This record gives sequence, C-alpha cells and structure tokens, in this order.
Amino acid sequence: MTTLPIESQKTSQIRFTLNGEETDVCFAPYKTLLEVLREDLGHTGTKHGCELGECGACAVLLDGKPVLSCLVLAVDCSGRQVLTVEGLGEDGNLHPLQDAFADLGAAQCGYCTPAILVTAKALLDQNPHPSRDQIREAISGNLCRCTGYLQIFEAVEAAVLKIAAQKSTVT
Amino acid sequence: MTPVGARKANGDELRVIGVPRRRVDARAKVTGQTRFADDIFLPRMAHSKLLRSPHPHARIRKIDTSRAAAHPGVYLVLQALCVDRVRHVGDPVAAVIAREELTAFEALDLIDVEYEILTTISSSEEALRTPEPRIHEYGEEGNIHKLVALEFGNVEEGFAEADEIFEDTFFFQGNTHLAIEQHAAVAIKDPDGKLTIWSSTQTPHYLHRALAKVLEMPAAHIRVIATPNGGGFGGKSDPFNHEIVVAKAALMLDRPVKICLTREEVFYCHRGRHPVLMKFKTGVKKDGAITGMHLQTLIDGGAYGSYGVASTFYAGALQTTTYHIPRYRYQGCRTFTNKPPCGPKRGHGTPQPRFGQEVQLDKIAERLKMDPADLRLRIAESSNALTANFFRLGTVNLAECIRRVVKVSGWKEKFRKFPEGRGVGLACSAYLTGAGLPIYWNKMPHSGVQLKFDRSGGVSIFCGATEIGQGSDDVLAGIVAEVLGIDTFDVRLFTGDTDLGPVDLGSYSSRVTLMAGNAALQAAERGRAILRDAVAEKLEVPKERLRFAERRVFDSAAPEKGVTFQEAVCLAEARFGTIGTVGSYTPPLYKGGGVGPLRPIPIPPPLLKWK
Ligand code: FES
Ligand code: FES
Repeated sequence: MTTLPIESQKTSQIRFTLNGEETDVCFAPYKTLLEVLREDLGHTGTKHGCELGECGACAVLLDGKPVLSCLVLAVDCSGRQVLTVEGLGEDGNLHPLQDAFADLGAAQCGYCTPAILVTAKALLDQNPHPSRDQIREAISGNLCRCTGYLQIFEAVEAAVLKIAAQKSTVT
Repeated sequence: MTPVGARKANGDELRVIGVPRRRVDARAKVTGQTRFADDIFLPRMAHSKLLRSPHPHARIRKIDTSRAAAHPGVYLVLQALCVDRVRHVGDPVAAVIAREELTAFEALDLIDVEYEILTTISSSEEALRTPEPRIHEYGEEGNIHKLVALEFGNVEEGFAEADEIFEDTFFFQGNTHLAIEQHAAVAIKDPDGKLTIWSSTQTPHYLHRALAKVLEMPAAHIRVIATPNGGGFGGKSDPFNHEIVVAKAALMLDRPVKICLTREEVFYCHRGRHPVLMKFKTGVKKDGAITGMHLQTLIDGGAYGSYGVASTFYAGALQTTTYHIPRYRYQGCRTFTNKPPCGPKRGHGTPQPRFGQEVQLDKIAERLKMDPADLRLRIAESSNALTANFFRLGTVNLAECIRRVVKVSGWKEKFRKFPEGRGVGLACSAYLTGAGLPIYWNKMPHSGVQLKFDRSGGVSIFCGATEIGQGSDDVLAGIVAEVLGIDTFDVRLFTGDTDLGPVDLGSYSSRVTLMAGNAALQAAERGRAILRDAVAEKLEVPKERLRFAERRVFDSAAPEKGVTFQEAVCLAEARFGTIGTVGSYTPPLYKGGGVGPLRPIPIPPPLLKWK
C-alpha cells in the first residue's frame, strides 16, 4: 500500500459544539475552521472571499464572538462553541435578523450575508439597542459589494425592534 | 401587502410588481442555502490548481511536467493553456488535478517552465510606441487591438459656430469588480458520457459555445449550469481557462473536478474597468449650448481582447445621451498591454468618458459664470429625442431629475458655500438597457422563456437567465405571477441551465429585466389566453370579462363567479391537452431613414502620436 499524502491524512480529531450540537470531526491537521466546516462537515453556509482575513465573508461565532474562520485553526476549536448561519434559526423559524434581511433587500447576491448575520447577532447579544454607528462599527470587517450597506443597516435596525417586541410579549 | 397603486394598461391594480415583498431567493440567501459553485461537493471529486506565469511577457521555451505528474496524489497535469507565450503575470500555463486541493497547489512547484523574457508593454502610450513585439497577431496593427472612428454631422462646422472651445485631457485609471465570491467551477462526466459544468458565470450561453469550440464537442452534449453568482459586476462574463480545464479534466478522468480561484487569481482574471486616457474638444455657445464635440480615447486593454471591441464602442457611444450634442465625433483606440485583461465592468466602457465629460462641463460652467446645475439643466437632452448618433432616448427625463436633485439636496444653499476643502458637485449619467446585438451576430431571440402549467396550480419557469444578485429570478417570478394572478411562491424557477431552459444571453448590459422579462411576459400572456378560453367556456362568461387575481380566475362583473387558478389549469388541460407556453424577445431594429449620413472617418495621425 502506498502512503497517503500528508494532506489527505485526517489525523486530527476534535469534539466541539456546532450550532448547539455535540460534533465529532476528523480532518487533516493543517485545516482551518472554515475548511473543516465546509469540506469535512458539509456546512457550506459559511463563505470565503479571500482566505486571508480581509473580506469577512467567513465570519462565524466562536464562543459567542465573531471570528474569521479562515484564520482559525480547527484544532484550536476543541471543546468550544461554534455558531454558523445554519444555526441561527430556532424551532424551524428564521431568526429576526434573517427575516429582516430577507424582507428589506439586505441580501442581494447573498454571498456576504451569512457572515454579516452572525456578526450582527453577536452585536445584538451584547447590545440589544445599538445605534447606527455601533452597527456600522460591528460589521465594518464584512465587505459587501452589492448593497452599499444601507439595506443591511436598516435590516439590523428592523430586527432590533422585532426582537424587543418579541421580548416584551414574552415577559 | 400594501399595493402601491400602480396600474396595468387595463386599469387593474398591479399586485406583485412594485409591491414591497420578499424576493423569491431571499430565504435561501439568509439561511446560507443558496448553492454557489464552490458549495458543490461531489463524491470522488478532484481539485484543480493553475500554474500561472510570474512574467508579464515571455515566450515559453519548454515545459516539463513529469515531476508534478509523478507526485503522490496527483491525477493529471494539463499543459498548453498558454501555448507559445504568456502575456501577463498570472496567465495560466499548466494545470494540476489532484485528490486534494493542497496537493494540486504544491505540485505546481514541480512543473519546470523555461521562459524567454520579452519586452514588457505596460501602458497604452507604450503600446503605441512599441509595435513590436506584438502581444497578439490579431488586431488592427502593432499593439493596437481596435480602432473606432465615427462622425455624426460636421463637427468642424460646430466648432466654427462656437463662442468658446474647450480642450481637456483626462485619465481614468481603471478598477476591478471585486465580487466577494471567487470564481469557481465544477465539472463532471455525466453517467451517459456527456459533460455537465457548474460555474459562477454570468453568461452560461457564451460559456456553452466556448466549451463546444475548445473541447471540439457538439454543444448538444454539454450542459452548463450557472450557479448563482456571489456578485459578478461583469467580472464573470468571459469564458475562463479554469472552466475549460475542469471540463477537460473531468472528461479525461471520469470524475468530478473542481476549481476555486484564490483571491490573487481573481485579480489576474480581472476583466475590469479599462484605464482610459481621453481628450475632449467641445464647442459651446455663450449660453452653454454645445455646438459640437470631439472625443478621443486611448484605452488600455491589457493582455487579451475580452469584450474589448464592445468596450471601445461603448466608450464613445453614450456621450450624446445626457446633453444635446448636435454634432459628434468619436475616435477610440484600444491597445494591448502586458497586464491582466480589462473587460466589461458595470457600465461597460462608459463611466470613464462620462467622468471626463462631466468634469469638463464644470469647467465650462466656471468659464461661462453659470451655475453647473443650471448649465446642465439648460442643455439636458429631452425625452424621446433622437441623438446625433441615432439613439432614441425613450423616457429619460433628465431635466426633471436634475431639478429634483437640486431641490432635495439643497444645492443652492450648499454649492460654493462650504469652507475650503469641502463641497458639493453634480454629475449626470445615463446607460442603455441591453445591447441591440449579441456577441456573435445572429437573428435569433436574445432571451426565451418556457412556462409549464401544472394541474397542481403551480407554474414552472424555464429560462437561461442567470441570477448574479441582481434579482433576475425574482423578476421572472414577479412578472409571471402578476400576469397569472398567482403568488410568486406558487412559481418554481429553473434558470441559468443550458439544458433546461431556452437561451438567455447572460446577465450583462442591464439587459435581463428588459429581455427575459419581456419573454416571460409574452409566455405568461399566452398561457393566460389559453386558460381564459377554457374558463370562459365553462363559466359562460365573455372572456374579456375574466380577471386573474388572488389565485382565481373570475368574472370582473360578478367577482364571486369564478374558479381557482388550479381549476382553471385543469379545465384548460382537459380542453386543450398539456399546457405549456413560450415567449421570446429580440431587440427591435431602429429604422432611422433619412436623419443624416453616418460618416466613417479615417483615424488621423495625431491620435497615434499620443504620448
Ligand atoms: S475568507 Fe475573507 S476574511 Fe476569511
Ligand atoms: S449581497 Fe452580494 S456581497 Fe453582499
């Protein structure tokens, strides 16, 4: 038997929480979280535009904080919590951010959208009533070539109102 | 839903078009389920990487791929992408196909290429000064790719009538699309031996033709599926070598082959906005009226043609569409240089001279002591005008647009009122909707739509149109739903697939809503006519009285009398057999007749002497 080239050897293994579910995965040790999510776990909702830490298209939440998954080694994610766009909705319903983005034209080609959604979620988890400038600041690392950002800001603001309304009916 | 009150020709309210609603593809996009080309993973899939030239211009003396081919994990090495030489940094020379992307990437280092460095031509001026070595054997002469010279009316007479002549030179430095999605493609040999390729292309039909030509296969045995593009902006309009590579490799290996370009490679693919050096000579009367304009452009095309012939025409075509220019002369010259090729980018060749023209207008306003907004208002071309170069403008209404901008922007209070270093400016632009001619000239429709009416009450749309974020799927669904009185959610779309849908030429030139939209409109109206006949017969109501709305077909005189849309389809199917309709769109030819001679003029030497 010939030896498998090193890059084909899935010699690393981690267990972590992906979108709330315990997940085991084996992968080649050099792989980034982005690559493992997309290639080894079939979670293709997270995108990439540079794999250099420039565009923000690969953002996911790692322990609740936005990170560029193209710059995170998957081996460093053992035991941690990862949230991707696939995990945003709950009970079969879209997250208010997703609804707002869909209704207000904040997703045009939709390529930057998954990363912006999770980044915005991290913001709202921290700060339920951000100002326009705080929203702008929070997603300043996410490039979007289609929208011109305005619809994105508006959608985040619409989601803020919706989440607040939901909370007040619950309490 | 709040209807905005727009009306159809028959007085009915529009219920879908113009009403704010969620796009048909929005849910997929906000859940990350839109399948872009690189999101496709297939069993046994191999990965490809391209070896790209490190030199701007070099002859390829020798390529030795034996070491790469012997590397563990490598399935195939393809040579002869650039056959004899490389013309820009990043021009592909060879391709490696391997089990892992990283293996393919590493094996690139094992390909030995011997280059003979050639003179680098790095600007248009240099291209004019350096006819040899020629970057391409085709083109006008030396390193000039394309010359365009057109005169409409006698421009010299116009200059003679002018009170003042303005001559200015401007340079626009070019830029690139930077769609966030990098180009990607996956090809497979179908189980029956034919070829299927998924690609982030804006122009599946042109790719289809290119593949048939390069692979020497009947186009009928090739299926191109344009995946939704993660932004295009023109940058994914050319058929690319990486698409040919994965197609060829998939056929040879009989396994799926994928490629996804790195961001660096996307910059090499480029096809971005051309750098343009331009000279404007404009004659004006004291009141600002333009008496004639002469525009010369020197266009840096980079290393390949792309759609550069069209870009060269476009760079001079639209100067007359904003302001009244009674006489107009255009000379364009596109050169080859050893840089990544330029091509179509939003506005395709027109924003560069638009910038020059608008800056010059500001200078004219300054000299004539006029407010720049007033000057523009005074010379704005009117709706339905026929321009000197035979464009029929349609509903431009530029003057009204300027008036409103001046009003809402607070122009009068702001212009020249800010402290040093800050200011407001006004510039106008216009663009045409769709090109009158396809890239290869023919008389067939530019867009076609097929509709299938199902007994379930659902309607399927088949069309070659390509979703690049602009909303083409939603446009098709909206038009069909509007005509048939159903919801866009009742519509299924099969688009961007050369096997499933009739040809649409592609998502470029702002053409899809006009052309695929009209094709959809025609197909939907034909379908509605069939359904109406069947329902009219059943309900014994004159068919003119039937309305289609809210998933019903009913008597407008007695709205409770009607059938559901689904029942209407069943009635029609029982009456006429399986229901399917088609629609198509071909741009009308303008029949100008006697407006004035179109006088081609020779290129005068001064252009070629530009430094
Ligand atoms: S892919 Fe661009 S920042 Fe990660
Ligand atoms: S929607 Fe296309 S990049 Fe943001």
